[in-house]
Amino acid sequence: MSPDFHEIWVYLSASPLAGLTLTLAAYQAGMWVFERFGRRPALNPVMIAVLLIAATLMVAGIDYRTYFDGAQFVHFLLGPATVALAVPLYRQFQQVRRSAVALLVALLTGSAASALSAVAIAWALGASERTMLSLAPKSVTSPIAMGVSEQIGGLPSLTAVFVILTGIIAASFGTWVLNLVRVTDWRARGFGMGVAAHGIGTARALQVNEVAGAFAGLGMGLNGLVTAILLPILYRLFFG
Amino acid sequence: MLGTLTLLLSCQLAGELTARLLHLPVPGPVLGMVLLFVGLLVRGGVPEPLQETAGGILRHLSLLFVPAGVGVMAHLNRLQDEALPIAAALLGSTLIGVALTAWVMSILSRRGPDAETGNGENSVGEDAP
Repeated sequence: MSPDFHEIWVYLSASPLAGLTLTLAAYQAGMWVFERFGRRPALNPVMIAVLLIAATLMVAGIDYRTYFDGAQFVHFLLGPATVALAVPLYRQFQQVRRSAVALLVALLTGSAASALSAVAIAWALGASERTMLSLAPKSVTSPIAMGVSEQIGGLPSLTAVFVILTGIIAASFGTWVLNLVRVTDWRARGFGMGVAAHGIGTARALQVNEVAGAFAGLGMGLNGLVTAILLPILYRLFFG
Repeated sequence: MLGTLTLLLSCQLAGELTARLLHLPVPGPVLGMVLLFVGLLVRGGVPEPLQETAGGILRHLSLLFVPAGVGVMAHLNRLQDEALPIAAALLGSTLIGVALTAWVMSILSRRGPDAETGNGENSVGEDAP
């Protein structure tokens, strides 16, 4: 390696610029593949981007922390984006108000079923307690899930990974399972995606239908509230 | 664009401060969303710039999850050791969650006046969420 090249390498691998550029480039590559092959849900752009970046970092020998120093600028926008969900929510407010009872019952059922079934399946197959606790909040958006995970004794960063994987699974197989149970109402389809699969489910719903997107955003927000409040209480009941 | 971004960040900041001051277990951005929502209700409409910026951010919502997703690298050992329980738990619980939530909601709202508005059988095709 020539001295010049070495210097550039040292600069690049330590500068936030590289991580940030890599994130955007990998996501665009993911979007390109997604569009190019007929928008198949299985070719989720997030999954493609994550795999591309992880492979690049491993080949280049850069650790996750260094990468995140740059990528955190993208990560940070999750906050304002969550706030922005108020807009589609407002536009659908009349519809939301009409189906308030249905929403509430579906929310509580779906929220409890997601968390309990995750822990139950993991327990039945012999997962460690740490893993089970990290799985419990995985249906809600990462900042909430990580906070809850920490409160109940899970590993926040592991929970973040479970959160993303949950979203990718829902974005990939959500259509299939919703058709399987014969739900055709856009509001219900969107709400299911949002409650069970937070922002990635919502992103998927928004791609398809504005009503579904609004209800997904609503489901994501409401389940964030419910999970943040109920899960620590449930944990204290069972383990405390 | 700039004004809207300031507005979104202000709502988030207000949400974070409220959560901390009142020791609420709810994340700041979610409170910020509630705040903006109430603001829109009071104002009675979405201003054009807000609509544009919010739409722009939300169109690329899934990009924002990429950095946290790459964190998978840091947990490869655990994911390998417990691959089966983790994969089964994630797949099973996610599909159960999506299906059950949507099913309960569609059953309960079926009697509503416009339960099927613009969503006949035909409209749910390959690309439905």
